[in-house]
Amino acid sequence: MSEKELVRFQIDGLEVEAEKGQMLLPVALEYGFEIPHLCYHEAVSPYGACRLCLVEVTKGGRTRMTTSCNYPVDAGIEVATATENVLRARRMILEMLLARAPHSETILTMARSAGIEETRFPIIDDADGCILCGLCERVCREVVGANAITFVNRGDKREMAPPFWDPMACIACGACVYVCPTDCIKMEEQGDERTIVRWKRTLKMQPCKSCGKPFAPQFQLNWIVDRVQLPKDFFELCPVCRKQKK
Amino acid sequence: MHLKSPDDLEQFRTRILEKRKAQDTKKRVVLCTGTGCRGAGALDVYDAFKKALGNKSDIEFKTTCCHGFCERGPITIIEPEGIFYQRVTPETVPQIIAETVKKDQMIEELLYQDPQTEEAIPAEKDIPFYKKQNRLVFGHNRLIDPTQIEDYLAVGGYQALVKALFSMSPEEIIAEVKSSGLRGRGGGGFPAGRKWESCSQAPGDVRYVICNCDEGDPGAYMDRSLMEGNPHRVLEGMIIGAYAIGAHEGYVYVRHEYPLAVENVGIAIEQAHKMGFLGENILGSGFDFDVTISKGGGAFVAGESTALMASIEGYVAEPRAKYIHTVESGLWDKPTNLNNVETWANVPVIIEKGAEWYSKIGTEGSKGTKIFSLVGKINNTGLIEVPMGMTLREIVYDIGGGIPDGKRFKAVQTGGPSGGCIPEEMLDLPVDFDALTEAGSMMGSGGMIVMDESTCMVDVAKYFTNFLKDESCGKCTSCRDGTLRMYEILDRITKGEGKEGDIELLEEIGWTTTEASLCALGGTAANPVLSTIRYFRDEYEAHIKDKRCPAGVCPALITYTIDAEACIACGKCKKECPTKAITGEKKVPHEIVQAKCIKCGTCKEVCPVDAVKVE
Ligand SMILES: Cc1cc2nc3c(=O)[nH]c(=O)nc-3n(C[C@H](O)[C@H](O)[C@H](O)COP(=O)(O)O)c2cc1C
Ligand code: SF4
Ligand code: SF4
Ligand code: FES
Repeated sequence: MSEKELVRFQIDGLEVEAEKGQMLLPVALEYGFEIPHLCYHEAVSPYGACRLCLVEVTKGGRTRMTTSCNYPVDAGIEVATATENVLRARRMILEMLLARAPHSETILTMARSAGIEETRFPIIDDADGCILCGLCERVCREVVGANAITFVNRGDKREMAPPFWDPMACIACGACVYVCPTDCIKMEEQGDERTIVRWKRTLKMQPCKSCGKPFAPQFQLNWIVDRVQLPKDFFELCPVCRKQKK
Repeated sequence: MHLKSPDDLEQFRTRILEKRKAQDTKKRVVLCTGTGCRGAGALDVYDAFKKALGNKSDIEFKTTCCHGFCERGPITIIEPEGIFYQRVTPETVPQIIAETVKKDQMIEELLYQDPQTEEAIPAEKDIPFYKKQNRLVFGHNRLIDPTQIEDYLAVGGYQALVKALFSMSPEEIIAEVKSSGLRGRGGGGFPAGRKWESCSQAPGDVRYVICNCDEGDPGAYMDRSLMEGNPHRVLEGMIIGAYAIGAHEGYVYVRHEYPLAVENVGIAIEQAHKMGFLGENILGSGFDFDVTISKGGGAFVAGESTALMASIEGYVAEPRAKYIHTVESGLWDKPTNLNNVETWANVPVIIEKGAEWYSKIGTEGSKGTKIFSLVGKINNTGLIEVPMGMTLREIVYDIGGGIPDGKRFKAVQTGGPSGGCIPEEMLDLPVDFDALTEAGSMMGSGGMIVMDESTCMVDVAKYFTNFLKDESCGKCTSCRDGTLRMYEILDRITKGEGKEGDIELLEEIGWTTTEASLCALGGTAANPVLSTIRYFRDEYEAHIKDKRCPAGVCPALITYTIDAEACIACGKCKKECPTKAITGEKKVPHEIVQAKCIKCGTCKEVCPVDAVKVE
């Protein structure tokens, strides 16, 4: 199985080639097809939550609608990225997402290009802009390794939060801030403190031994030193001073 | 006693049967202590019998689990005559012993009475509720104390296992199950034999079989009753399946809210181990197989196959994409075969009697019987087992005894919370997997809720959509927000705030929820809405356009008035009205002050002459 097997198939009539088992969405994007997507990021595993990346796949004579971000490609499949059904479902989904994140530029832009100007649904204020894509959680777990946030509750009560609303595992690194598609996780720095507003996590930052400027949360630095088994004084200097020293 | 060969088993069985033969003509008292009868006080009746009979009585007293007619519980049967006593209380126990057991006298008040002829029916088998059923899977429940493996052996238990292990190859078993036409009873209706075959052929050394006893549909309890009442039958099916597929480990996934099911299957596993039906070298065949119980936390979605496997692995029960099928990569990424309780329980009879015999029962596309939980506005409620293809009319009128209080049948909701409503015009629909799906509903796990003319279909759709919005795992936008938005619109409509275009919007959301969601929960979540729109569109329109609830259910859309001519001015309603909205004196017809009326319906309930009208 370690041998890479290349397969050929079609996207909107174009012959393409990819590694068998690779996910369809990145392959299609690479070939220049535009498929809107919100819960996919190449750095983490696909999840299939937002349902925007829908396409129609014909395999063995049967056609069905499916999300492309977690669909492993196979030889001979025929993919259609913009069928009537796909566009119809996508419009409704965007209308739903808009009611969760009415101010998100990303979503507004996507909605407009699908012909949706506004949503007919009451805005969910409690969502506070979160569309429950789960990217922050996957980044925190798979890339950072801190496991500081998780989905809680089910159904329409679902939300993303630190477990039991205690953000004690959050290292305030800001990876979730970076990855959130609706910009609903804010990070603030004031004096020597950094706060991840959404998770209600505030940590003291370490001052640089040379220039004196606070540069990263102490908790985060200790956490990294511990995990990677670095020398205790590894993070004495801020990145700028460290560069100069070299 | 550890049985090391089929001969050992047959000798043991012969001994049990001989012992029983001697007892067969003697009086026996059989009390149901299943969950339904327990709820009606069966454990107190149990104590009363124990006390009255004492320890050294020559009258045999045994307990079983569910017989199906739970509404009449606690149920007691006096054998060998098979006299059926319903709603037995501790107080009647001494009388039962003194008169029926000792003197063969029937106690009229405890017998079932035919609602039509008002005649008392002494024997269980003659009661219309049972008469038309075909209790292929469920029938043994009334003969078996689930904690006694001897009871199961006495009705021929583990015979099919012997046949499978000693005279059939795994391929032959799979071929038999395939040609029997058995389809999964857990909802999807996938052909069981095909699933077994794929799993058996998937690459890998380790395989698992799982029994799905999550049963999260509100009001449904057939899987639970089967597991409580005849756990060995389910285990026997699993062992046969495991042998056919090549699995050596199995799981029974059962929700922890079903303590009796957990307890009884636990006892059964232990006994099966002791006797050599589980463990190493089963009955000397060289085949090893073990079963572990895994307790679920009680989310509806945990019954979905991939969510269930995640839950057994210790993760949150959330469905995952199934582009790689669980038969190839399921539990711990190993080939896994999941079947429902009832599916497994069908296996022994298929092996024992053969596919040809089995496939004579049922319809072209759906073979065998199906257990339904028949509830709602119907005279006889309970668990029923009927051959596939029986019409809804036969189920509702012949077995269910029709609609109470002279009301008119309106619809039957089948398939659990995400099933659909089927109207009166379709009462002759033969009930099987495909016919129900075509009608916009589904078989689901076998829920059947009968509704009469006093049911509002918009309200029904709202009720189920509310359940689904709470029970969606919340992952897919289309399912989580689709169910939420449908619920909000339905709620508005029932409050009289429906708008032009709401029906079309519901249809559009429903379509997206169905088409764009990951698992079958989302894939079917719009059924309640779409099927009620399909068959009862005029009722939606009445709510939206005329601000009227034709069934007189939605409080915001109805008015209560008193018919002055019918009113006898008794004053009952005036006295009971919680908001004092009723005026009137002795001999003067009463009137409702609409501004004060909160539409609770109390006046209508208490009026002795039915003078209160709703519109
Ligand atoms: C939301 C949801 C809930 C389900 N709940 C159950 C359940 O409680 N019991 C069950 O046997 N199957 C349930 N299923 C169906 C299972 O996913 C699966 O198809 C079934 O257990 C397979 O067994 P079968 O082929 O014997 O029916 C559920 C499916 C969904 C989508
Ligand atoms: S906070 Fe942002 S990244 Fe996290 S789930 Fe919500 S929308 Fe996605
Ligand atoms: S369809 Fe619904 S229940 Fe199924 S995975 Fe999606 S959100 Fe969860
Ligand atoms: S990007 Fe595929 S479902 Fe969100």
